[in-house]
Amino acid sequence: MASSTPAQISRPDGWSLLRRNRTALLSLYTLGFLALAALVGPMLMPEELKSTSDAQFLPPQSAGHVLGTDLNGQDLFYRLLSGARVSLGIGVAGAFLSLVIGTLYGMVSGYAGGKVDAFMMRATEVLQSVPRILFIMILIAALDDRVKDALDAARLWAQEAKWPAMEGFFRDAIPYSRILVMILSLGIVEWLTMARIVRGQVLVLREMTFVTASRAMGQSPWGVLKKHLLPNLSTIILTYLTLTIPAVILDESFLSFLGLGIEDPAASWGSLLKDGAQVINPLDSKWWLLLFPALGMSVSLLALNFLGDGLRDAFDPKSGD
Amino acid sequence: MLLFLLRRAFSSIVVMFCVVSLAFVLIRSIKGGPFEREKTPAHIVAAMEAKYQLNGSLWQQYLAYLGRLAHFDLGPSTKYRDWQVSEILAQKLPNSIAIGSVAFLLASTLGVLIGSFAAMHKDQAADRVAMLAALMAISLPTFITGPALIAIFSLWLGWLPVGGWGTAQQMILPAICLSGPYIAYIARLMRNSLLDVLKSDFLRTARAKGLSETAAVVRHAAKIAILPVITYLGPLAAHLLTGSMIIESVFNISGAGSVFVNSIQNRDVFLLGGAVIVLCAMLVLFNLIVDLLYTVLDKRIKLHG
Repeated sequence: MASSTPAQISRPDGWSLLRRNRTALLSLYTLGFLALAALVGPMLMPEELKSTSDAQFLPPQSAGHVLGTDLNGQDLFYRLLSGARVSLGIGVAGAFLSLVIGTLYGMVSGYAGGKVDAFMMRATEVLQSVPRILFIMILIAALDDRVKDALDAARLWAQEAKWPAMEGFFRDAIPYSRILVMILSLGIVEWLTMARIVRGQVLVLREMTFVTASRAMGQSPWGVLKKHLLPNLSTIILTYLTLTIPAVILDESFLSFLGLGIEDPAASWGSLLKDGAQVINPLDSKWWLLLFPALGMSVSLLALNFLGDGLRDAFDPKSGD
Repeated sequence: MLLFLLRRAFSSIVVMFCVVSLAFVLIRSIKGGPFEREKTPAHIVAAMEAKYQLNGSLWQQYLAYLGRLAHFDLGPSTKYRDWQVSEILAQKLPNSIAIGSVAFLLASTLGVLIGSFAAMHKDQAADRVAMLAALMAISLPTFITGPALIAIFSLWLGWLPVGGWGTAQQMILPAICLSGPYIAYIARLMRNSLLDVLKSDFLRTARAKGLSETAAVVRHAAKIAILPVITYLGPLAAHLLTGSMIIESVFNISGAGSVFVNSIQNRDVFLLGGAVIVLCAMLVLFNLIVDLLYTVLDKRIKLHG
């Protein structure tokens, strides 16, 4: 997409490059629309559509169910929207957690330099050789009970404190605790790329004169990191955040598809696909249960990757891949 | 060179030690041990734990396990009680290696070819179509592409079997499905790298002395441009050869990928440890091969410890 002619001396500003990238813009609008539909859509639907019923496996366009119903007689369109909410939510929250860890780690490593940097980078190399999915699965197993216990303790505490609204909130949250577990496990594992990229940038920025000047004026290391480095890192962080979100969503759906991730009553694209795959057979294919979740997932992953690529072309032209 | 190999051997042992320790400690600190799930009385659980040296403090268990590993003994499986971990791995790994090596060959050759082709036709229609297809292949998970391929080629066209294992025909769909995203990733990597190299001075010289563009790329540029791809191929080989859980479950193949999932679900400590060791060993081995290949491809690179 970088259509710079050789005659061009200074690169145009990244945002204007992005605005000229039609695929990236289209992806941005698609994502915005999807996110809005996932957030607002379920609220607008009538309650009787959302609940389970006897109307199992209705094909699309029947009895008010636009996309048909699933095994429990729930409206598939509603399940899809709430699945999009969970998948996108886990993607954003997990990527954000990994961004916080990775940025802090990369900034400290790059700015400290010397032996500290060498040790911290060596540690990421060790972690890189760890089978990622395997450790996400172990973390899920380790965190699952703990998060449930913590929520239950919070519920009891609210009961003690005579705060019924809070108690109800925690009681309702317990069946959905897996969502929190997935965010934590994925976020804890996915930060390595971000740390490496941020460190590389900090190594360059550190030698710039404005940083030296700020240091000479007595600014503390944390002050320099916060005031001068972080603002200069923001676009690159945004770029890799956009590329981490689809990676997290992909891992989440992968685990949910295997039955290790999101569980009923919550849904995600991966768990919907798993449900669809379980009831399929050559004689009576319930194709809508597979096709629509697959479409929703493919469109959003494609859009996220297109947008991320566009951002990278605009703000990090050297890195390529 | 010898010093390099010695240092590398030492650092790989350290890495494997760290990873195995991490896996062991994490899985043992999870609530619910390997014997507690079957509603067995407490004294039987205790006896079983003693038999498998999983009693006492975490530290003692860990030392006992390390002691066994030092004797090259991966231990028994706590779930499949009559089996040694090494026996289970020896049974499951060959299937994964067979399918993984086909996928690896597909990914590396097709990826490099498509990437070079795209770079040589930069910004033309062929390049754009190839890169669009590549991004789609990266974005789509294998549990969507796998069933889609089955639906098209097995159920609709009836060309290939739906699943199973044993014949060459049964390997085609899983290998394509497994290698798809990696073909795409390597193609993107190769394209970007070749585009960089095509700008360099020694290629201008090659063109100036009258070589055609294709000859210049094949004889001079490809050798340098392929280096980032080679770096990526090391971990990829280890990853592909140790099995993919999704491919195995979609195409109904009994491979090593499911060993990982089941060992965590069953809290099968020793099986998980063994699987992690095999994965790390593959990773170390292929990264070593990558480093040696580097010196062959680019004479400027010297290995020192």
